[in-house]
Amino acid sequence: MSAAAADTIARARFDRALLLVVPAAAFMLILFVYPFLYGLWLSFQPKEGGWLANYLHFFTTDNLYPTIWITLKLALPATLINVGLALPIAYAMRRKSRYQRIVTTILVVPITLGTVLIAEGMLLYFGPKGWLSHFLQLVHLYDGPIRLTHNYWGVLISLVISGFPFAFLLILSYMTGIDPVLARAAATLGADPRAQFRHIYLPLLAPGLAMCFCLAFVQAFSVFPSAVLLGSPAGPTRVISIAAYEAAFEQYDYSLASAIAMIMGFVQLIIVAAVLGLRNLFYRGPVSGGKG
Amino acid sequence: MKHDFSELRLDRVTRKFAGAGGKAFNALDELTLTVKRGEFIALLGPSGCGKSTALNCIAGLLDLSGGGIWLDELRIDTLPPEKRGFGMVFQNYALFPHMSVERNIGFGLRMRNLPSAEIAPRVERALKLVQLVGQAHKLPGQLSGGQQQRVAIARAIVVEPPLILMDEPLSNLDAKLRIETRAEIRRIHRELDRATIYVTHDQDEALSLADRIVVMKDGAVQQIGAPPEVYGQPANLAVARFMGYRNVLTLDVAGLDGDRVSVAGPDVALTGMRMQPLVGHRAAVAIRPEEIVVSAPGGANTIAGRVDNVEYCGRDALLDVVTASGTLLHVRGPVSIRREDEVHVRVPVERVLVYPAE
Repeated sequence: MSAAAADTIARARFDRALLLVVPAAAFMLILFVYPFLYGLWLSFQPKEGGWLANYLHFFTTDNLYPTIWITLKLALPATLINVGLALPIAYAMRRKSRYQRIVTTILVVPITLGTVLIAEGMLLYFGPKGWLSHFLQLVHLYDGPIRLTHNYWGVLISLVISGFPFAFLLILSYMTGIDPVLARAAATLGADPRAQFRHIYLPLLAPGLAMCFCLAFVQAFSVFPSAVLLGSPAGPTRVISIAAYEAAFEQYDYSLASAIAMIMGFVQLIIVAAVLGLRNLFYRGPVSGGKG
Repeated sequence: MKHDFSELRLDRVTRKFAGAGGKAFNALDELTLTVKRGEFIALLGPSGCGKSTALNCIAGLLDLSGGGIWLDELRIDTLPPEKRGFGMVFQNYALFPHMSVERNIGFGLRMRNLPSAEIAPRVERALKLVQLVGQAHKLPGQLSGGQQQRVAIARAIVVEPPLILMDEPLSNLDAKLRIETRAEIRRIHRELDRATIYVTHDQDEALSLADRIVVMKDGAVQQIGAPPEVYGQPANLAVARFMGYRNVLTLDVAGLDGDRVSVAGPDVALTGMRMQPLVGHRAAVAIRPEEIVVSAPGGANTIAGRVDNVEYCGRDALLDVVTASGTLLHVRGPVSIRREDEVHVRVPVERVLVYPAE
């Protein structure tokens, strides 16, 4: 075959629909790859000291390196609570019913509220002079002061409120993707709804749950507004994004801020890689039981 | 869960569904049926006739709107499916995609908490029964459609259920595999000697497999009978149409002599058997294409016509014969006949079935 003939064949095979990828690819390059590489390069250009000085500074400064642990202590429980709560509720909602739509709508509303609005509401509701406190004192259930804002719990609650709808919607869509005839087949073989969940739904959902966990975790790990508004940003909720913010916009040390952002990304990467690694232990094929 | 029974009794089993405009309609209307141990029952009918609804009601996958289901003296329609212990084979197999063939088949046994020392040999036996030895460790996705269906059958029968329910198990298989698997289902049924209820829209399947056929239409039972009965003596015109009586002619009643009826049209005069009491002077005549023969002119029940179309079928041909006034007859005839030939066809009196006109 001549080179020209090969060329026409290659040309004929080029799918012009692939060009549709170009805008998205350009978007990724300009808004993600370039800033990331620029930040990485910047993090090795400290104001003073050798090329690793920023990283050394981070891991030796008392108000910097603990932020990793502080953030993990918020993000991991929040993610576990969100995924753990969403799973049984999504299981209960798996069949189409007249309630499914109503419940789904109610559960999803918080996703439309901004973090700031949620924080505002929580301050009013959970604050020391908030409705919850008033109510508990009114019925004499608990008379002491309730501290659910401006501390760890405030931020955790806010992360659950804003993160739950996301986890719920994701799991619900995985759940409804599983052919319900599988559960029916299991039922005729003697599996009660509990056993159907354990033996059919859970194993088939596992890869989806891992994915959901990763996405929810990344979202929670980058918590910023609620940590400031509902937490105590100087102490127990001084999360890593606050440290980066302070470095960038209070000390104007962009290089240090970039290093902190890189560390933040690296921690997220480790957790995500670990969870996705676990995912490979499970069955990851089609979730229907035969020909449709 | 009962391990055996002497009869399953459906007593006026009814299931309503919300139809268009919120009006409820009976998908299944007062189905009454008694199934004996070891019997093979086919529920036969076109789609939407309520046969699958009936099966799902028996399996416990649908609640009843009325009536009851009894296993000897035990009322079972209030039990959830997992407490009934019937084996069910689904139309799209419904194999668990994340479990190997072996684990799929053993699922029911594990749910019954049997010791694994007992599960393994029973799974092994089931694999042998459906001729899948050597495939035990594959995932369902690695099997062909026919193999998947056999796994589904093995999974349903390995728990030795008193009753096996099959929902169009062959409809996803190709023609050759369908006939093979059909024979296999018959063989397995004989070996297990358990009652089977088999839903199908294919009259050949029902005729070849069943001890008794329940013909359904619009949620209601039309006829219950042994295959030769349903094949030869359809209870009404709907059953006749469904059982392959492709020629349905509406003619005038000319005379009655006991069960024999004479009917006539412009250029058709036939004598046939009255299958139902007739009302009015019009009647519908049902004749199978296979029972009309091309013959010499003259004699009773002979019709003259011209061949309008020929479909070659190998052994014989399917002819469309049109009479002078335009009445169309489907006829099986010799392959020697050509289009535009003038022919005479005849049908025996016993094979002309006369029903009241619709």
